[in-house]
Amino acid sequence: MMLGAPEKMGSNNAAGAARRAWHPWVLMAGFLLVAIGWPLVGRDYQVYLSLSFFSYSIALLGLNLLFNYTGLISFGHALFIGIGGYTAAFMTHKYSLLNMELIILIAVFLSGLVALLIGLICVRYIKIYFAMLTLAFGMLFHSFLMKTYSLTGGDEGMHVMQPKLLGFDLSHMDKMSFFSGPYYYYNLVFFALASYLMWRIVHSHFGLCIQAIRDNPDKAEYLGISIRRYRLYAFVISGCFTGLGGALMAPVTGHMDPAMVFWTHSGDMVFMTLLGGFSNFFGPMLGSLVFIFLRDTVSSFTEYWRFIFGALLAALVILAPGGLMELLSRGWAAVGGLRSKEQGS
Amino acid sequence: MATLLNILSSGVFHASILFLVASGLQLVFGVQKVFNLACGSFYALGAYLGITFVDVFTGRGGPPLLAFIPLLAAGILLGALGPVVERGLLRFVYNRDESFQLLLTFSVVLMLEDVIRFFWGTYPRSPKGVYLAFGTLHVGGAAIPVYNLLVIAASLLVALLMGYLLEKTRFGKIIRATASNSEMVQALGIRSSVVYVKVFTLGTILGTVGGALVIPTTAAVSEMAVHLIVLAFAVVVIGGLGSMKGAFLGALLVGLLKSVSIAVYPELEMMLIYLIVIGVLVLRPQGLFGGAS
Repeated sequence: MMLGAPEKMGSNNAAGAARRAWHPWVLMAGFLLVAIGWPLVGRDYQVYLSLSFFSYSIALLGLNLLFNYTGLISFGHALFIGIGGYTAAFMTHKYSLLNMELIILIAVFLSGLVALLIGLICVRYIKIYFAMLTLAFGMLFHSFLMKTYSLTGGDEGMHVMQPKLLGFDLSHMDKMSFFSGPYYYYNLVFFALASYLMWRIVHSHFGLCIQAIRDNPDKAEYLGISIRRYRLYAFVISGCFTGLGGALMAPVTGHMDPAMVFWTHSGDMVFMTLLGGFSNFFGPMLGSLVFIFLRDTVSSFTEYWRFIFGALLAALVILAPGGLMELLSRGWAAVGGLRSKEQGS
Repeated sequence: MATLLNILSSGVFHASILFLVASGLQLVFGVQKVFNLACGSFYALGAYLGITFVDVFTGRGGPPLLAFIPLLAAGILLGALGPVVERGLLRFVYNRDESFQLLLTFSVVLMLEDVIRFFWGTYPRSPKGVYLAFGTLHVGGAAIPVYNLLVIAASLLVALLMGYLLEKTRFGKIIRATASNSEMVQALGIRSSVVYVKVFTLGTILGTVGGALVIPTTAAVSEMAVHLIVLAFAVVVIGGLGSMKGAFLGALLVGLLKSVSIAVYPELEMMLIYLIVIGVLVLRPQGLFGGAS
């Protein structure tokens, strides 16, 4: 996947652009194979970290449906992480409903419902106004969580209990082996399914419509596409994916608190998306992978990892707005160029 | 009566500080069209450096009643950050999509958060003995801190000066012209890059001075940057993006709202503000004083 999406340029660049050397799904299959073997070779802690990668990747699939494909930047998407996560916290902690599939169903349903209600208002606006409105809704939810102490535990948050997977009670397993074993594969399946589903969505008729709206709303409207309705659909789908990511994330963190929905967390999510490359389907996944493991590495040798990440983000925005995917494809093209020179001489 | 006066005075005090930061945000948005998420971080830096300056000042025997001098000095000195951020980062993204501008200023938020942590640590801090030195004024049964009144006066003075600068001076004309058509201004022989640096520096100073002036009344905590940006953001949304009058009115509304809800029903304080922001964005996205959206 990581080498993935930059289309391989052939020795003849013009012809190579149209020809994909590797189909993205071949790479995805390769990545999944590696991911399946990963718990066998990786240390438990690294496998545990990979769980964050899965849930953030799924959440970012949703965020990027808006950011890249619909051309709307949300600075409040942590709201849906919060809805998914707090659903898991409520059900396991308050009502002892430990069935993960039920948690996911309800989390996705609630996220979609909230996205529908908020979206009806938000999609009337674009650009900075859309960003601000989503930020405001995210912060509204944040202050709701902070103030309803008796319900949500306020700033102390709520615990998330270890869930049952497919009805199996795995509470006899210790935490680490649960996460690096059954829960890892459970997440991997959802990651694969969600990626496939989103791939189908963005390559469907609907996906083409929202991209047409992004590129030229006026033309799209002449073609008979209802701009607001399609933006609303995109917003609801986006919310559902991010809510799913949040629900899967909750047992891993084991705890939900309002910081999860603070606007800076939404900013971090946009950061991950940009880091990998938002204009590439697989970019946000690469972004979350690099973000999570890099943060872990950097914060192990300095407590000032935010400074380093801020500088990294600034450098990316200025020098490589296409993210790592763009850098990889530039590097790939440069290697291709060198090779064709060698052959020519 | 006394409660009403207390609510009013603390509301106007909140409003004064919010106005300083929000007017900086408005100035930069009006001219450069960049929504500066880092203005909250400038505010926090102003607060922390203000504490350090005041502590050094009073430690050397300076009378606390003159603490305004080191506070203002800290705020104005931090204006040096303006050219650094503008020339070093922002100038590269003026022609880009808003999302990149937002993310770039977000990167400044991340960096400055750690700069503060590095120099001042994570414990709450406040300057010693300044606030009380100014005493309180007793009016109609209400106790109003004199320091608050001075800050309100200072903020009003800034508002008037800003009005004068923008409406009456040559530089103000250039700023307004750049805001509406920077290419035309450039064609008339004025270097817009110079205007941008000056405007951003001025915007930065408004934020840092706001932070420096607020700090005798409260403790500085590392989250103050990211919290303030949401309030400043509420002010500009309510007032209208890019409008100075909007910043003034928005700050007054948010400030009063804040102190009313703290006095009446504190649970709802922030929620009420966000609800109003959403209401304004829905009903009048250009804000109360904004032009066309």
